[in-house]
Amino acid sequence: MHKRVFKILGLAAVVGAYALGVSAQQSQPNTTTADHSKFKILQQDFKSGPAVTEACVSCHTQADDQFMHSIHFKWDYDHPETGQKLGKRNVINAFCGSVAGNEPRCTSCHAGYGWEDMSKAPEEQEVTADCLVCHDTSGQYTKTSTGAGHPPLDPVPEKAKTITGAKAWAVDLTKAAQSVGAPTRENCGNCHFYGGGGDNVKHGDLSSVLYNPSIDVDVHMSPDGENMTCATCHVSDQHQWSGSRYNVMASDAHSETLKPGERRDVATCQSCHGTEPHPASLMGAKLNNHTDMLACQTCHIPEFAKGGVPTKTLWDWSTAGKLDENGKPIHEDNYTSSTGEKMHTYLSTKGHFDYGENVVPYYAWFDGQVEYTTKDKTIDPSQTVDVNAIKGTRGDGVSRIWPFKRMVGRQPFDSVNNKLVYTHVWGPTTDTALWTNFDWAKAIDAGMEAAGEEYSGEFGFVDTYMYWPITHMVAPAEQALDCESCHAKDGRLAGVPGVHMPGTRPFGTASLLGIAMVLAALAGVLGHLAVRVLSKKEREH
Amino acid sequence: MAVEKKAVSETKTETEMSLRSVKVYPRFERLWHWAQMALIMVLLFTGLAISGIHNLLPFGPAVMLHTVAALTLLTLWIFATFWLFTTGAWKQFIPKIEGMIEVAKFYAWGVFKGEEHPYKKMFWRKHNPLQAATYFGLKWFVFPAIWSTGLLYLSYNFWADSVGNASFWIWVIANLHILSAYVIAAFVIVHVYLLTVGHGFRAHVRPMITGYDEIELTPEQEAYLETNEPERLR
Repeated sequence: MHKRVFKILGLAAVVGAYALGVSAQQSQPNTTTADHSKFKILQQDFKSGPAVTEACVSCHTQADDQFMHSIHFKWDYDHPETGQKLGKRNVINAFCGSVAGNEPRCTSCHAGYGWEDMSKAPEEQEVTADCLVCHDTSGQYTKTSTGAGHPPLDPVPEKAKTITGAKAWAVDLTKAAQSVGAPTRENCGNCHFYGGGGDNVKHGDLSSVLYNPSIDVDVHMSPDGENMTCATCHVSDQHQWSGSRYNVMASDAHSETLKPGERRDVATCQSCHGTEPHPASLMGAKLNNHTDMLACQTCHIPEFAKGGVPTKTLWDWSTAGKLDENGKPIHEDNYTSSTGEKMHTYLSTKGHFDYGENVVPYYAWFDGQVEYTTKDKTIDPSQTVDVNAIKGTRGDGVSRIWPFKRMVGRQPFDSVNNKLVYTHVWGPTTDTALWTNFDWAKAIDAGMEAAGEEYSGEFGFVDTYMYWPITHMVAPAEQALDCESCHAKDGRLAGVPGVHMPGTRPFGTASLLGIAMVLAALAGVLGHLAVRVLSKKEREH
Repeated sequence: MAVEKKAVSETKTETEMSLRSVKVYPRFERLWHWAQMALIMVLLFTGLAISGIHNLLPFGPAVMLHTVAALTLLTLWIFATFWLFTTGAWKQFIPKIEGMIEVAKFYAWGVFKGEEHPYKKMFWRKHNPLQAATYFGLKWFVFPAIWSTGLLYLSYNFWADSVGNASFWIWVIANLHILSAYVIAAFVIVHVYLLTVGHGFRAHVRPMITGYDEIELTPEQEAYLETNEPERLR
């Protein structure tokens, strides 16, 4: 009861906050008291990445220990709710399959130097943390695409590329070391915008557009908007970050308990906007009434893959390996992006693709938990397999209807043991890598061996879905979904179970009964009128 | 049945009665009626839009207008209830079996033979028996059904957490709300049509505009009105 009164009173307070503008915070608070270029230890000619890290930790004595326990370094995550062992080191996805078997290509984005074998934890291989990848602000630090996390240094090999696919240049480590600061959108984006091996391939809502997005693309990160960095929301404490995709805070009811000056270590919308964010009008109250069902993202991110960079929506590995008459790999480029870029729709190395821009999300109840089809899980190959099944139902107290990118895949599996397989796709010098030898049997053999998994030797291809919660690319308020996007026949939430929504079933039972009643009344009245008119004529005769 | 016939014919043959133009619908009642009419029209129109039957109005504005009109109508009803009980006008709405069959028979048969409407409006009884019964049903069953389900619908977020299976209850509430709305729509159709029966459409609507209707008054009623409420006579 008390809470309800609070709700009503709270509405007024929320409007006040709304009018003032939610974010008084600076996107990058300039709170530093140190100019790193003045530090003697950084005024040296660094010969390698690890040498820089050594200099960093000579002052930041706890940083490496903190960082080496973080997911950015371990790529290993013991899920506290499901007990599953997740993290890049363990999972199989619908993109390039698995890291295991494909290091050092995949570990080029590892925030460390030299992780070459997934079967061993990075600390066992004495991998050094990479401070610069997150903290360089000189803008010229990068990593080579196949270097297990090392930067390209002079002399740079002719064909070397960076992790974003650009032609590699020689990184000036000294300049980078002297420039360190809080992570910018560039630092995070250089890896996260390119997940899956290319720009916006994986997430759909994280692309190079976010380096400098227009306000229509992302109201928070746009320089014309709040100009926030990733870390504005993904706040960290001792190198531990909020905002896990494996264990999402699907709803956040606690933000009203915030005390002044208290920082929330969660990356939820509610941590800034509260639980009743709409203005105290009739419409605002109605919209606030929706927060028990909907994630903010559902209305406020009407589309993802905005701003001109498409996301991969389909990947069919089963067709990989077709070669031309000379035995050379082929490609088809049948997708043109809105900016005119021709995109591969077939590669001998990877099979068929499709893409989407301004994609309408897939919607589902989500309690924040995903259950991966890990190596120990048996699949039913006659069905489409959820690579990462999303959990949640209405009324469980935490679930909300969330938007997702639903990636359509077709990928290899062990057709005897009915399990997804690890694949060795990258390996320019091996005779087993798919991308070099175009032989699935060898590539799976090698991948399973690298992962240390049992394999029957028989494989097939199975249809898969993979779900990516959409939470970035929030549109300005006036571009949020209209009511009738959902409140209409075949609206956006059609098919989401457990939802009563006016407008979606114009001719439900009660309506049909009612319409019959009204028609009966009309018929009765018209019949009565007809008899009156006819009998009157007869009398007048 | 014989008794009822007698009652009606007695009124007819009462020689001392005089036909007078009497104000039977005071200003508030007329305002109430027409405001209610307008609001019910708005509610039916926006309700159909919300149901998805038509899309002449986008969903959001339809919901807002529906809510405002509904709350206005509820306020009006609160005032009307107050008015009914303080003025004693509530008695007009108590249904009586007496004469009802006569009226029903007239609508079902007599009207086709050109008979006169059997009911003569009386000072203490401005609705015919069938009318009174219908209004009684509306006021006691259909209107409460629609406003209670409407308020429950509107206040979903305040009670959803405290009941099990809220999605089932909101479904029940929504369906009852829709059904009651269609009952009202059917009533409106028949109500408007019946205005054309008997003394005719204009004669039926006029009193609800001017307030005055031709009423047979007993000498006592006439004397009372002339003495105490002369403004009600024309």
